[in-house]
Amino acid sequence: MRYEAPSSLERAVDLLATATGDARVLAGGTDLLVQMRTDILNPELVVDIKHIAELREIKEEAGGFRVGAAVTGAELNEHPKLKAVWPGVVEAANLIGSTQVQGRATMGGNLCNGSPAADSVPALIAAGAKASVVGPNGRRELAVEDVMLAPRQLALSKGEIVASFLLPAQAKGTADAYLRFIPRTEMDIAVVGCGVCLNVDDRGNIGRARVSLGAVAARPLLVAEAAEALIGSKLDAAALSKLDAAAGAACKPIDDKRGTKEYRIKVAGVLARRAAEIAYQRARTA
Amino acid sequence: MAKHHITATVNGDPVEFLCEPQETLLDALRDQLNLTGTKEGCSTGDCGACSVTVNDRLVCSCLMLAVEADGKSINTIEGMAQGDELHPLQQKFLEHAALQCGICTPGFLVAAKALLDRKPDPSEIEVRYWLAGNLCRCTGYDKIVRAVLDAAQQMRGA
Amino acid sequence: MQEKVKDGQSSPFQVVGTRPVRPDGADKVTGRAKFGADLALPGQLVGKVLRSPHPHARIRSIDASAALALPGVKAVVTRDDFLEQSSEFIPAGEMMINYRDVVRNVMAREKVLYEGHAVAAVAATSAVIAKEALRLIKVDYEVLPHVIDVVEAMRPDAPVLHEDMRTAGLEPAPTTASNVAKQLEIGHGDIAAGFKEADVVIERAFTTKPVHQGYIEPHACVASVSEDGQADVWVSTQGHWVVRAHCARLLGWDIGKVRVTAAEIGGGFGGKTVVYLEPIALALSKKARRPVKMVMTREEVFKASGPTSGAHVRVKIGAKKDGRIVAAEAELKYQAGAFAGSPVQPGAMCAYAPYDIANVKVVGYDVVTNRPKVAAYRAPGGPISEFAVESVIDEIAGKIGIDPIELRLKNAAKQGTKAAYGPKFGPIGMVETLEAAKSHAHWRSPLGKHQGRGVASGFWFNIGGETSVSLGLNEDGTLSLTAGTPDIGGLRASLCMMAAEELGVPLDKIRVQIGDTGQLGYNFLTGGSRSTFSSGMATVEAARDVMKEACRRAAKLWELPEDAVEYSNGGVRPAGPNAGKHAPMSLKEIAGIAGKTGGPIVGYARINAAGAAPSLATHIADVEVDPETGKVSVIRYTAIQDAGRAIHPSYVEGQYQGGVAQGIGWALNEEYIYGDDGKLQNPGFLDYRVPVASDLPMIDTVIVEVPNPRHPYGVRGVGETPIVPPMAAIANAVANATGVRFTDLPMSPPRVLKALDEARAKGTAKV
Repeated sequence: MRYEAPSSLERAVDLLATATGDARVLAGGTDLLVQMRTDILNPELVVDIKHIAELREIKEEAGGFRVGAAVTGAELNEHPKLKAVWPGVVEAANLIGSTQVQGRATMGGNLCNGSPAADSVPALIAAGAKASVVGPNGRRELAVEDVMLAPRQLALSKGEIVASFLLPAQAKGTADAYLRFIPRTEMDIAVVGCGVCLNVDDRGNIGRARVSLGAVAARPLLVAEAAEALIGSKLDAAALSKLDAAAGAACKPIDDKRGTKEYRIKVAGVLARRAAEIAYQRARTA
Repeated sequence: MAKHHITATVNGDPVEFLCEPQETLLDALRDQLNLTGTKEGCSTGDCGACSVTVNDRLVCSCLMLAVEADGKSINTIEGMAQGDELHPLQQKFLEHAALQCGICTPGFLVAAKALLDRKPDPSEIEVRYWLAGNLCRCTGYDKIVRAVLDAAQQMRGA
Repeated sequence: MQEKVKDGQSSPFQVVGTRPVRPDGADKVTGRAKFGADLALPGQLVGKVLRSPHPHARIRSIDASAALALPGVKAVVTRDDFLEQSSEFIPAGEMMINYRDVVRNVMAREKVLYEGHAVAAVAATSAVIAKEALRLIKVDYEVLPHVIDVVEAMRPDAPVLHEDMRTAGLEPAPTTASNVAKQLEIGHGDIAAGFKEADVVIERAFTTKPVHQGYIEPHACVASVSEDGQADVWVSTQGHWVVRAHCARLLGWDIGKVRVTAAEIGGGFGGKTVVYLEPIALALSKKARRPVKMVMTREEVFKASGPTSGAHVRVKIGAKKDGRIVAAEAELKYQAGAFAGSPVQPGAMCAYAPYDIANVKVVGYDVVTNRPKVAAYRAPGGPISEFAVESVIDEIAGKIGIDPIELRLKNAAKQGTKAAYGPKFGPIGMVETLEAAKSHAHWRSPLGKHQGRGVASGFWFNIGGETSVSLGLNEDGTLSLTAGTPDIGGLRASLCMMAAEELGVPLDKIRVQIGDTGQLGYNFLTGGSRSTFSSGMATVEAARDVMKEACRRAAKLWELPEDAVEYSNGGVRPAGPNAGKHAPMSLKEIAGIAGKTGGPIVGYARINAAGAAPSLATHIADVEVDPETGKVSVIRYTAIQDAGRAIHPSYVEGQYQGGVAQGIGWALNEEYIYGDDGKLQNPGFLDYRVPVASDLPMIDTVIVEVPNPRHPYGVRGVGETPIVPPMAAIANAVANATGVRFTDLPMSPPRVLKALDEARAKGTAKV
């Protein structure tokens, strides 16, 4: 195995684009090293992207935030402004693993690991985040919900790296929340994850909504029907009930060692309601 | 496979070692530097027995490649006591009997210190959630949490 | 909050019952203490095991030639490197094992019987080369159908694991092969008559899944065999004399040629009372003529070291309206894994042991399946059977309308009660723990929405066993204490305290170590909650030996008869009519005259500790259930248990709390998850879900003391009983909160939600 730690994005892209064997990006390593240790992966080349400045910064941009793909969950948590504006995203990133894992894990890695159960992804999708992707043919923007296609399959071609995420400028009255269900209180992979972002006017009406579900399909979902269930409402019981149903209907889950199909469908609805309530409260008090 | 030459600081002392690219920091600490206080419980980041701090950040050393340690400042359990004087956390763990077999203890001490260095007055819940990545099979965590809270109180008062 | 219930008297002890810092503490909080994987010997090789990918297959051939030829590989071992063993049962902790099975579990011979079963092993100069060498070993398997469920395995058409297995305990002896290794029955009285008398009868079926002891330290050892055949093993183990015996036997070496040193052990709970890597490491070392270090990965620990049984249990209890239990029956089907020896016998013996019931019958089946061979796990067999019994008792209490603690008090076993498994109890603390539960603030505290409370009791026998201790008086009056039962969590502190109490010397004048097998006579392993009891008893005897010898030496010096000198206040003085004739001599001064009065002063004890007494417990658990997700949270827990005498109360409390945490995990989230392909899907701490710090509340403890009259300090073993009540306490609490009774463990959220939904449809749910 060869280890490279380039200090420029161009060099990183070039290493990955010209690699002959299996080449992997190393950000936090909290998935990659586990996969190497358990012989799921045996890369010939590992490209450590943590020495590339752009990937490690959080900058305000266009009224929003550009968050480097290799910023750790712990660092996200320590950024006072980001946490105040996007608590759902920051909390989601800080639910990954343990305190130790959050000290290394990144949102770029969480997305590109290609697990449908990634915790930060539904929060990013609900936020309307865009991934800035750099490759041998230049830079392009992708909605986060379009990056993952299926388990371990990304819409990235050889040599492309997710460099950063743009969290958009928020209209007044916008707030997000992320909840996940796990059997313990920490340390488990999400059985269901739900990110909700709402924009609420001064009279309490929901004007815009985005609802994203994780761990209930082959990739994290943006559930338009769930958003529609909320738009125009004051998050009353009827809207919550429609939200619950829409969330459940969007699931295409599997039975596995973490949950059954029926369980995931039920809990998706429960979490959607609870996350929406938190986002709504935050939007009203923001 | 050519080895990498790594220079770092461990517990305040400059160190150098050679390592293969796929070796973890945990492997290097234990096998190259003979610092066996940091333990291997699972190699998948699920138990926290390998906890160290890297540039003051609490991490699992099994989830870092040894090569990534180059130029970094690493603190392990071996650096926690100051000469003969145990750190208040170490002392409180002993007084509260917060260890039985002791295999998880180095990881807990390093993790707890990382908490108190940031948050001198944590609540019981905050202590439990911060330490959720450190598994203990012997104690049921009760005395560990008490020891951490007691050490925090002492450190605030001193 | 920790409380102690005493018999009303102030403590007669100076040291026993206090809470000093443990003598091995500094090493453990600084990382200095050396566990199994912490030793490195010059020139050592890395040993790795090739494991079966199939749950059941015949081994046609093994060709390791390519592996041996790989540069860096120094030795390969297979089944041919271990001696065939004929059938012989021996005790292993509180279970029996058979050497014929031990050698096959260490390395497969005719067949592989579970995914992960060891087939071959290599020693190489690096882990990378060792891994590559394993890939080069060619094993020709004839894959066979497998069976992993205990009920399936009992069917007459099930795939048979051992063609020569005939169910023991049946008359007449069967002639056809079976997966039922043994059938047993215990009991007394006439249950048919008993049930006829009953006003209320409840019968329920329960299932539990295999759970692993979950020690954080994987198995690890270093073995070194020299050219003259002397062998050394460094290993984290619960019993190094047992390791020595097993290795010598499997390899055909003299026991005396093998020396085993116990490293610090990072958890065992029964799982480190057997051998896995040690005979392999020795065989490799002998061939390679270099030390060999072997450490299991976490995946290997789950796949190839014994969990405890999963089981099917049926319980039927009959009681009168006034709460007296008149008949109790149980049928236990325990899964042994690949070789016979589940803990169904102790499970059967414990099931009704806390109670005085006139008519009891328990039938047990020991069933083999294509899973790793089970090993002892903290009160082996007890938590499973007692979970079922304590759940039904709870239901009976509800049906009759009696408080569940009152019901247990009405039927509690006491001194003189004849247990269903045979003996008459001496003094035991069942009533005391129930009374303490009844009067505890927890029992009276209010519950909130979606919350429920459950109570359950538990029993474990505890054992004594062969024990040797040496206590040397050093030239300066300090003492060196050498014991032989590995310290799994506070033993050295307790032994020092008992010695200090006896001798009247300060604690820090006694240095204690756990000796290797060359330094002491035989010691049975640390298990059965025996080490504080047995090594404590031996330490007291050795201390009294020293005290007696000190008196003898002074008597010699003073020219007095031996019985004219007494030991007092950490020294000796003339007694009786001679009192005052000579100034007392401290132990230090005695040490100074040792040479000229006959030689070194060393106290020895070599005993087969008898008189171990049961420890009873009653636990109270509060849970909160999320009605929309089925998640059960434990919000309050109180563990009340009889310790006989708590030598070091903090470590007694620690045993209570640790057992409770494991029981909660067993109740709520821990289970081995298999696919139909017979392969383990969760061999790691990510999906094998042990409780984490945020999952648990503080665990309050109450130490009850009903001294054991057979021990000099009244000690009862305490380590195992704590894991017995939690599963039922939690299940009873969940029933109280939801109106739904769970009979299948674990009560994980998907199962709970499903049951709640079904109950809601029927109108029987409370949430």
